[in-house]
Amino acid sequence: MKKIFTIVIFTENKIGLLSRITSLFTQRHINIESLTTSESEYTGIHRFTVVIHEVEDKTKKVVKQIEKQVEVLKAFCFTDEDTIYSEIALYKIRLDETIDRVALEAVVNTNGAFIKEEIGEFLIIEKTGHKEQTHQLFEELKPFKIQGFVRSGRVSLSRTFSTFSQHLQYLETHSKEIITQ
Amino acid sequence: MNMQTLTVEKEVEKRNEVITGAEAVILSLLAEDTDTIFGYPGGAIMPIYDALYGYLDRVHHVLTRHEQGAIHAGQGYARVSGKPGVVFATSGPGATNLITGLADAKIDSTPLVCITGQVPFAMLGTDAFQETDVISLSMPVTKWNYQVTKPEEIPAAIAKAFYIATSGRPGPVVLDITKDAQFATFNFDYKKCRGFRSYNPKPSIDIESVKAAAELINTAKRPYVLFGQGVILSHAEKELAAFVEKTGIPAAWTLLGLSAMPTDHPLNVGMLGMHGNYGPNKLTNECDVLIAVGMRFDDRVTGNVSTYAKQAKVIHLEIDPAEIDKNVKTEVAVLGDAKESLRLLTEHCHANEHTEWLDKFHEHARIEHEKVIQAELHPSKEGLTMGEVIRRVNDLTDGDAVVVTDVGQHQMVACRYAHFKKSKSNITSGGLGTMGFCLPAALGAKLGAPGREVVAVIGDGGFQMTIQELGTIFQVQAAVKIIILNNEFLGMVRQWQQLFFDKRYSSTELVNPDFVAVTKGFGVEASRVTERDKLDSSLKAMFDHPGPYLLEVVVEKEDNVFPMVPSGASVDEIRLE
Repeated sequence: MKKIFTIVIFTENKIGLLSRITSLFTQRHINIESLTTSESEYTGIHRFTVVIHEVEDKTKKVVKQIEKQVEVLKAFCFTDEDTIYSEIALYKIRLDETIDRVALEAVVNTNGAFIKEEIGEFLIIEKTGHKEQTHQLFEELKPFKIQGFVRSGRVSLSRTFSTFSQHLQYLETHSKEIITQ
Repeated sequence: MNMQTLTVEKEVEKRNEVITGAEAVILSLLAEDTDTIFGYPGGAIMPIYDALYGYLDRVHHVLTRHEQGAIHAGQGYARVSGKPGVVFATSGPGATNLITGLADAKIDSTPLVCITGQVPFAMLGTDAFQETDVISLSMPVTKWNYQVTKPEEIPAAIAKAFYIATSGRPGPVVLDITKDAQFATFNFDYKKCRGFRSYNPKPSIDIESVKAAAELINTAKRPYVLFGQGVILSHAEKELAAFVEKTGIPAAWTLLGLSAMPTDHPLNVGMLGMHGNYGPNKLTNECDVLIAVGMRFDDRVTGNVSTYAKQAKVIHLEIDPAEIDKNVKTEVAVLGDAKESLRLLTEHCHANEHTEWLDKFHEHARIEHEKVIQAELHPSKEGLTMGEVIRRVNDLTDGDAVVVTDVGQHQMVACRYAHFKKSKSNITSGGLGTMGFCLPAALGAKLGAPGREVVAVIGDGGFQMTIQELGTIFQVQAAVKIIILNNEFLGMVRQWQQLFFDKRYSSTELVNPDFVAVTKGFGVEASRVTERDKLDSSLKAMFDHPGPYLLEVVVEKEDNVFPMVPSGASVDEIRLE
């Protein structure tokens, strides 16, 4: 049965790695639901967060293929239960005379969102949360005529102790051994 | 200071001198002991070719007739010598012509270092003349690739390329070097790459997994070894022989594992896979412990994987973690280099014999001999069979030749009937099944092993895919012996059409040119044989000829290769006719 998996990949910061990694999904006809990359807590090491909807076996195999790439340090695979995750969404509303400002602010408040900025006749609302929650707000803002909407990819951290720092330490000691041999 | 460093320093006289990026490419290759380069020049790689001109006394450049020929030649060179093949091509079409060879080398784990020229940095992304995005194009078919845009990066990039191509599970790498980086000058210094943090090519062996594997083997009644190219790549031929000899376990080989164990070894029971031997396929579904060494359970080996060796506990000795449980679920995985894994496993296994079990293989071999082999090797019909040709070639070369094959019926027949004594003697396109592989690969093999007889066995179809490399063979006078097994058909496809598509021979019949005349036109000696009583003398004339030679052997038009595991069938449904 297919379910949502979050694949977290730690890589060297190199041109082309994104493409090398995404092509592994393409080859297996796996659609990427969302993808986020940024520098990780370790200088020079990048973290990819890839969300896919797939069966477990195929997911585990693609994770091994990712880890096989020579500039990938480590790849982990999590279910939603294993992680704390979030997305951020921004909504743009035009404040014309038909907008009931009080009702709008009520929707914003009940959804745990906030008004990030008011620029002239536009309002930018920000909401973080799971996709269902940002979608819920989207639905509720529809009557106020949404002028713009954007949702980020997922960011996530595991609920458990991260083994990556240990792994990194092992890799560094191990590669030093090879180099000084 | 070790010998290697000394040689590097001796070779690289221009250490710490200001030189061009192009010259740095050549000096870096020399520092990696490159003696042969296969390539084809063009605009974006001209500075490198210009630098090469000054070093032709130290490195042999083979000008092929097509970049695909260059890369297959590099593969042949690598497979026979164990050294990486080095290939040059220009940007655009030069680079795209390498793609088939890269894909072939990737799937067959062949070490290659390919260097492509690229348009100058400032022109990247402008759709410049002969610009193509080589990095993106080659990404899925390379182990690693990298675009060099500054001369300072060249030595380290080449060092890393050699290290990645040859270590762990080998594979092809591409370095794409912009033309301005080739022209620019810098202070050259070369250091070999010995490792980097994100890459662990040789996982350390977990002794507990070795012990667990040994325990399964020690209590097994019908253990069975399957070995692949991993044995050859890790130089584990002796360790494999020692392991099976101590444990008395019968061993069968994959297409690429062929020649890792001498054919006449009493425990070598034959070939696996779709056109492999009867017993090795059938008995896969009767063994109780299956020990896979350096092989990857390709679908051509397993047939229908859902009915493959379900009764057996599977032990997998493998260097690539991604291969574990990929196609076949393992009971015990021993991650690591096959040489060391086999040595440790042998240490932990009891000496044993499995005479009754081995007899079962012999029994099946007798059945196969009666129903298939006898008629193939000693046919009663008039036309020549591919099998008898291969066997005569084998007898005349005393099983000592390097046999290079293309793809199709002749390939299966050659692998089934050729006998081998030495490792690295069978070179074929296995995983990708690239027609046109053989002729250039044989050229590369001859240059990689000049002291050995190299026989290229090619079908009439595949021969015409890279026929232009006869020009290269003539130019460098590589003494390759080329045998065309001509059945005027794309034989393997025709066989499938006959068996599974109601004999609807859709686009498989070939109207061929006069191969002898064409070959002679290239300046290579050639002859044709059609009759059995002239086969031996024709073959002898070919082998006695000092230079390259082509012998066209006209064989039966509509012979089929048996046994055969039909596509999608189980290995125990193997057909003898």
